[in-house]
Amino acid sequence: MFAYCADPKSLEGLQWLSCYLTSGSHMSFYASFLTVLVLLAVTAPVALAFGYAGAMAGRSGAAPLRWLGKGYMAMVRGIPDVVFFLFFVVALDQGLEYVLHFARCSDWAEPVRQGLEFRVCPAAKIPPNNAPQVVHQIYGFALAVLTFAIVFGAFAANVLTGAMKAVPRAQLETAESYGMNNRQINRRILVPQMWIYALPGLSNLWMILIKATPLLFILGVQDIVYWAQQLGSMKTQAYSYPHPDWRLGYFLSLLVFYLCMTKASELVLDRITARLSRGQAIVKQSGASA
Amino acid sequence: MKKILLASALIAASAGFASAQDTIRLATEGAYPPFNLINDSGKPDGFEVELFDKMCEMAEVKCEWVVTDWDGMIPNLQSGNYDAIVAGMSITDERREVIDFTQNYYPPAKSAYAAMDPDADIKGGVVAAQINTIQAGYVAESGATLLEFATPDEAVAAVRNGEADAVFADSDYLKPVVEESNGQFAWIDQPVPLGDGIGMGVRKSDTELKATFDATIQTMKDDGSLNELMSKWFGDEAPQF
Amino acid sequence: MSCLDTIHSYAFRSLGYGERLLPREGFDLCQHVTLIGSGLILNVYFAIVALAAGFILATALAVGKTSRHALIRKPCEWFIFLFRGSPLFIQFFVAYQLLVMLPRAGITVPLGLFELTLNTNWITRAWAGAAIVLFLNTSAYTAEIFVGALRTVPRGDMEAAAAYGFTGWRRFRRIQWPTMMRLAWPAYTNEAIFLLHATTLVFFSGFPAFQQRGDALYYASYFAGKTFNPFIAYPIVAVYFIILTLFITWVFGLVGRYLNRHLPTNERQRRRPRLLPQIIR
Repeated sequence: MFAYCADPKSLEGLQWLSCYLTSGSHMSFYASFLTVLVLLAVTAPVALAFGYAGAMAGRSGAAPLRWLGKGYMAMVRGIPDVVFFLFFVVALDQGLEYVLHFARCSDWAEPVRQGLEFRVCPAAKIPPNNAPQVVHQIYGFALAVLTFAIVFGAFAANVLTGAMKAVPRAQLETAESYGMNNRQINRRILVPQMWIYALPGLSNLWMILIKATPLLFILGVQDIVYWAQQLGSMKTQAYSYPHPDWRLGYFLSLLVFYLCMTKASELVLDRITARLSRGQAIVKQSGASA
Repeated sequence: MKKILLASALIAASAGFASAQDTIRLATEGAYPPFNLINDSGKPDGFEVELFDKMCEMAEVKCEWVVTDWDGMIPNLQSGNYDAIVAGMSITDERREVIDFTQNYYPPAKSAYAAMDPDADIKGGVVAAQINTIQAGYVAESGATLLEFATPDEAVAAVRNGEADAVFADSDYLKPVVEESNGQFAWIDQPVPLGDGIGMGVRKSDTELKATFDATIQTMKDDGSLNELMSKWFGDEAPQF
Repeated sequence: MSCLDTIHSYAFRSLGYGERLLPREGFDLCQHVTLIGSGLILNVYFAIVALAAGFILATALAVGKTSRHALIRKPCEWFIFLFRGSPLFIQFFVAYQLLVMLPRAGITVPLGLFELTLNTNWITRAWAGAAIVLFLNTSAYTAEIFVGALRTVPRGDMEAAAAYGFTGWRRFRRIQWPTMMRLAWPAYTNEAIFLLHATTLVFFSGFPAFQQRGDALYYASYFAGKTFNPFIAYPIVAVYFIILTLFITWVFGLVGRYLNRHLPTNERQRRRPRLLPQIIR
C-alpha cells in the first residue's frame, strides 16, 4: 500500500500498524464486509419471493399445494437452521447436478452413486469443470444465498400468512359486494392491504437476517468471521506481520459492526413504518418492532 | 461447506480466466503453516502450494486452489466440488477406505506434544488437538483428556491460556510456535510417527489423475527437487527422501 | 456389538458415563441414534438452564426497562440492545475469548477476616460458559417480549387494582405479572423453541469439546467425519429437534391453557402460539 511497507519487519509503531492494516489479507477482510452486504441485499428479496409463494400455496384451494405450503412453513419451525445448513448445500448441489445428468446424458452407462462417490457426466457439472474460478465462486455464493432464502422464506411465509389474515374482513366483503371475483379481490385488495400488517413482522425478519449472516461461515463462505479468525490468530515469523493472538480485538470489531447495522436498520424501519401507517386504521403494535 | 473466495471474486472479477483445457481444482485449508497458509496478501501459500504449483506445471495441467474448511473436505471431494485434496492430509486406513491417495510427498509426519510446563502430564492431563485429525484420535486413545478445537491455532491458544496442559499436533506445525515462544513452550517427550505420510487425496474413480501425480511426485523425488523444497520450508533438519 | 450394548455404552456418553472411547468402527444407525441422542441431553440442558434463569432476569429487565428512572432504565435498555443487536454466534466467540483471560489460579476476594478464592477453571467449559451466554442472550430477548406485554396490560386492570387498594409490589405480583404472562405466552413459546434451536450453535462457538463430551451436533459431525457421509448424521439431528419442538409446543400449550383458564372460550384461537419469528438469532 505505502512505499515504506516493502520491509514490514523493520517497521515499528504507527508505520507498522498502517502497513499491517492495509495488507492484502486485510483488504480481503474489508471486502468480506461487502460480501455480507451483498448477501443481505440479494437474499432479502429472494426470501420474500419464497415467502410470498409459500403463503399463497398455504392458502391455495388445491390440497396438495396447500400441504406443500404448510409443510414448508412447519419445516423451519422444527429444524434448527444450522443443522439445515450443514447438509442442505451439498444436497442441493448434488440434486441440481442429478437432474441435469438425466437431462443431458441419458446414454451414460455408469451409476451416479458409486459407494459414497457422486459422479455425474461432465456435461452435467455445475459449473462446468473448465469454468474460470470466478464462476465457481459465484456459484458457491449463489448456493449459499438460495439456502438462506429457503430458510428465511419460510419465516416470511409465516409473517405474510398472518398479515393476510389480519386484513379486515369488512374490506374484503366490500370488494365482494362490488362484484369482484376472488382473483380480483386478491390482487386489488388483499395483497396491497396486507403489507402494512406484514411490516412489523418483516422488519423483525430483516433484523434476524442481519444477525444470521455470520452463519455464512458455516456454509463455507469466506466472510467476516472467517477473516477475523484467520487474521486474529497468532502469526509466527513465517508471516510478514507476526503478532500474538489478537482474535478478541477482531471479534469485538465484528460485534460493533453488527450493533451499528441493527441500530441503523431500526431507525430506517421505524421511519418506514411511521410513513406507511399514515391513514391506516391499525392499532400501533407495541413491542413488535425489534 | 463449500469455501469460496467471494471477496477476491468481487475485486478481481476479470482475473484468471482459464483456457478451455480442463482445470484441476485443489482443495486446501490455508491454516496449517508451513504446509499451507494464507499469506499477507490474502493468497494461498506454503510448502504444498509451491510444490503443487510446480508439479502442475511439470504435468502440464492447469491447477487452481480452493480454500475450504477442514471439516467436510472429503464429502465435498466426493460430490465433485473439487478434484483433489492437498491439505497436509495424512494417509490413513480410515481415509483410504473412501478416497485414494497418491504416493506420499511428505514422509510419515511426526506429531509431537508441546507444553508451557516441561513436566506436563501428557498421559493423564488435558491435551488439545484439532478435531477430526489422526492426532485427536491418538490422544483419545492415549488416556489423556482430549480437548478438541476447530483449528490448530486454537489448540495452541488453549495451552497458552491454561485451558489445556499440552497440545498435540504435527511437529512441523508446532516447530515455529515453540521456537518463537522465547522458551515459554517446550517439547514434551519424543515425537510420535503417525499415518503413512502426507499424500494428495483423489476420488477412487479418478485413476488417471492419481497416475499423473504419482509419476510427477516420483520424478521430483528422484531428481532431488522435492528434498530442496522441503529444506526451504521446514529448515535444515527437515526429513528427506 | 448389539444395539442394546451400544445403548448401554453410549447413552450417557455426553455426560461422561459409559465407554471412554467413541466407536471406531461399525458406525451403524444404532450408534448414530444413540450417540446423537446422548448429545441431545446437553442441548436440552442448555435450553432448560438458560430458559429458567433467563426467565427471572428477563422479568427484572422488563420491569427495569419500563421504569421511570433513567438510572434504572438506561442500563436495562443497553443490556437488551447489546444482546439482541448482535449475533449469538459472535457473542459466543467474544465470551470465550474474554473468559479465558480470567486468571487460572482463581480470583481472591478479600472479605475482611478471611479470603474467598473463586475458582475459575470451570467457566471456560462449554457446560458453564456457553450456558451463561445463552442465559444472557435469552434474557434480553425474553425481556423485550415482556416489555411489549407489560405495555399492553389493559389500563382498566390497573385502575381496578388501584380501586382495590393494590399498590407497589402487591399490584405487580397479583395483577400486572399474571396479565403480562398471559399476553406474552405465545411469543414466549416461540422464544423457547428458538432458544432450543440456538443451542446447536454451541458446537461452533469456540468452546472446545471436553473429553469428547459434546452436544448433538458434535457427535453428528464426529460420525460425518468418520463415514464421510453428511446425509445420515445431520438428518438424524433434524428429526430429534422436530420431536423436541413438538414436545415444547405441547408443554407450553398446556401452560398457556392454564394461564387462560378463567377466560371465556371464544379466545380459543388465540391460544395457539402464532409464529412471530422475532426471536431467532
